[in-house]
Amino acid sequence: MNLVTNNKWIGQRTIRPDGMDKVTGRAQFAADTTMPGMIWGKVLRSPHPHARIRSINTAKAEALPGVKAVVTSKDIVDFPIEKGAVMLGIQDMRWMCRNVMARDKALFPGHPVAAVAATTEAIAAEACKLIEVDYEVLPWSIEIDDAIKSDAPILHEFNKFDGKPSNIAGRLEHKKGDIADGFKKADVVIERTFTTRPVHQGYIEPHACLISVAPDGKTTIWSSSQGQFMVRAMTSMLTGIPQSDIRAIPAEIGGGFGGKTIVYLEPLATLLAKKSGRPVKMVMTREEVMRATGPTSGSKSTVKIGATKDGKIVAAHGTFYLQAGAFPGSPIRGAAGCSFTPYDIPNLLSEGFDVCSNRSKVAAYRAPGAPIGAYAVECVMDEVAERLKMDPLDFRLKNAAREGTKAAHGPVFPRIGYVETVEAARSSPHYAAPLGDGQGKLRGRGTASGFWFNAGGESSAQVNITEDGNVVVTTGHPDIGGSRAGIANICAELLGIDYRRVSVIIGDTQTVGFSNLTGGSRVLFASSMVVTQSTEKIIQTLRERAAKIWEIDPEAVKWEDGAAHPVSPNAGQFEPLTLQQLAEKAPAMGGPIGAGVQLNTQGADGGFGTHVCDVEIDVDLGIARVIRYTAVQDVGRAIHPGYVEGQLQGGVAQGIGWALNEEYIYTKEGKVDNPGFLDYRMPVCSDLPMLDCILVEIPNPKHPQGVKGVGEVPLVPVMAAVANAIYNALGKRFYALPMSPPKVLEVLEAPTREAAE
Amino acid sequence: MAKVHVTTTINGEPMEFLCEPSDTMLDALRGTLNLTGSKEGCASGDCGACSITLDDRLVCSCLMLAVESEGHEIRTIEGMAQGDRLHPLQQKFLEMAALQCGICTSGMLVASDALLKKNPDPSEEEVRFWLAGNLCRCTGYDKIVRAVMETAAEMRAQ
Repeated sequence: MNLVTNNKWIGQRTIRPDGMDKVTGRAQFAADTTMPGMIWGKVLRSPHPHARIRSINTAKAEALPGVKAVVTSKDIVDFPIEKGAVMLGIQDMRWMCRNVMARDKALFPGHPVAAVAATTEAIAAEACKLIEVDYEVLPWSIEIDDAIKSDAPILHEFNKFDGKPSNIAGRLEHKKGDIADGFKKADVVIERTFTTRPVHQGYIEPHACLISVAPDGKTTIWSSSQGQFMVRAMTSMLTGIPQSDIRAIPAEIGGGFGGKTIVYLEPLATLLAKKSGRPVKMVMTREEVMRATGPTSGSKSTVKIGATKDGKIVAAHGTFYLQAGAFPGSPIRGAAGCSFTPYDIPNLLSEGFDVCSNRSKVAAYRAPGAPIGAYAVECVMDEVAERLKMDPLDFRLKNAAREGTKAAHGPVFPRIGYVETVEAARSSPHYAAPLGDGQGKLRGRGTASGFWFNAGGESSAQVNITEDGNVVVTTGHPDIGGSRAGIANICAELLGIDYRRVSVIIGDTQTVGFSNLTGGSRVLFASSMVVTQSTEKIIQTLRERAAKIWEIDPEAVKWEDGAAHPVSPNAGQFEPLTLQQLAEKAPAMGGPIGAGVQLNTQGADGGFGTHVCDVEIDVDLGIARVIRYTAVQDVGRAIHPGYVEGQLQGGVAQGIGWALNEEYIYTKEGKVDNPGFLDYRMPVCSDLPMLDCILVEIPNPKHPQGVKGVGEVPLVPVMAAVANAIYNALGKRFYALPMSPPKVLEVLEAPTREAAE
Repeated sequence: MAKVHVTTTINGEPMEFLCEPSDTMLDALRGTLNLTGSKEGCASGDCGACSITLDDRLVCSCLMLAVESEGHEIRTIEGMAQGDRLHPLQQKFLEMAALQCGICTSGMLVASDALLKKNPDPSEEEVRFWLAGNLCRCTGYDKIVRAVMETAAEMRAQ
């Protein structure tokens, strides 16, 4: 371990490098870009949840004045199903090519069937209406229970489960010990079934791109995504244009939360641009975002936990069914792999089932799957603790995973900070404070914990010293929550200069080396590794340059406070050489100073959090409000505490929305009935209290600054913390999300019922 | 249909432009006028990312027709800083990490400025209800509310 201590910039709340552009309206998001000769693309989408496409006639649309190009699935590279998986990261291109444009079947309302480019948006929209699609409408299913019935309409006939055509596209399990034996030893066993609704990532910026294809095939993409390299690779695979000919420029991204880790518009706009010879801009409406992108899975989970009288968990079994949407690939790994991980459970079986149904293909959403699983597990943990008459945090501590615990998904934990998060929650001012008088409203407090894997992976950086002795850092992961601020702090710290002398930018695909997409809470972990190694190379060069000037051994030169110094008076008496001076002398002393490093980064330890939530319930209106919230998390090292807190607060706010209001509502016809921000009710400013954070810092020993991923853990415990608080207030448990006013009222008005369904 | 000629004032400067009768003010700002600081998140008046002021009244520019700006005074995020001098709210948002992705930031700042002009000493509850029409999905609002209140306190002290 090589931790930097006595920090000047690491841990400071510096001004983010991209901040000025964002507070003045200068920042260029994807929809803010234009090009000379630009035309507009629009997508024609299926109105049906499930329909065979017999034919598509685009003749009338193509004849409309102003229309420059029309594309259908015939124009998209096909990845035939029978040829087997073609993976790009976690995405199978067989599904991706069918998701961006329906081939033989439309599988959800909103599924693209054709796209048009025209001189104005209005003409493009008009042309879409002129496209004739002959559909054979098929029976459909959306809810998990409907999709797994034996006579359910099958989305993909090729898919077999237990030897029969099925909508269950996959199963995974994590296993430890023998649960049958384990449950025999239990004094208390509680088993419950929970459901959650699909919820959208809810980024405020709709998907957008502007794409130009020159006659020689050279393609430039400006788009909003969580990975310019993902955009380049997927667009290349779906259009046949080689990656070397595609320059994908990452626009500022207006929120993603996982939802921008796949492409929707880019391949279509590329093909339209290629056909028309004009740059094509495409921007989704909010309704398109809600119908055809994301959301995460709806779910049905059953969790059984058994413990002895003295509070030791002896066995647990979780079964997690998650909606994949139209194509296989729901986040069962997160649900089955993360939910029990805070605990050392000798006998465990955690199973995930991937269920296709006629709604949009799921996209990642902040710790994909983990919040869904944790909601079920942490609610049952609360019930078991109550049955044992134990404080819920004491119960968690008694069973906490520690260094040396073997997690069911594989790893033996190194030094982890889970216990510290529980202890910090237990000794927090919040946990000690009385709930206070709700003046007629009922108050309650709940707690819950959560885990997320975190990720490392490929990362590239180039650090260059400018001719005037300042620094430009280029990295390859789109900055979604302040990573540039963290990178500036680290680079300035290592070089011993003011952070304002470090400019951090996100490079495009042709100017920086491959970097995996912004996801898995990898960005600051991975990019600070490559930036640190690049900066260390530069410092080595600077020492060598000073040694050359002083005519001493490079080993006799140290780098401190932004300048080269002799290590001791024995090495010689020289005035320090600053970064500026060495930059000025660079042409004569060996040339430009810069270094790049590319790594497949390893050692991203998982992250743990423990949350405390107070609610207040208006029993007349059924409105549950969160009135106080504290999120505790082991963050490894808070490089920029402001943006670390921001991750915690943002995750908590999303979880409160998921718990209390957000849900996809479907019509009888299988269409989303609330595809806008008025009816899909995300938390607004007046819905929330201040969101307190306690940052526990147990440095990651495998990282030069001790960094652990922080972005995803904060969503994992929230729904359970809110649900447990509501139980504490009402004495009644909810086993379904969201706990929205009509559902709360229903329970309040049915006092004899044990719980709401 | 023929385009309509509109004469208005934007960020203190006289401005003329042509628009379709159906164009929203947001279309005109982001299109013809090339002022892309105002963002479109929903086009239904629910997210507030397109917030501007019309004669000092806070409006969603996606809910206003461009032709309605005729003879009125529009202010957008681009008019908030005076040259290289940031408005105190802009400075405070930077210092207090009151933004993450930045897509809501223009609207948040315009709305917060409108609040402080009306009410220089807002309570936390007043800030929260005033900003309830501006969605932010990244921050959980905590740092935004704190930044607005701290700016208000500093502006009152001056």
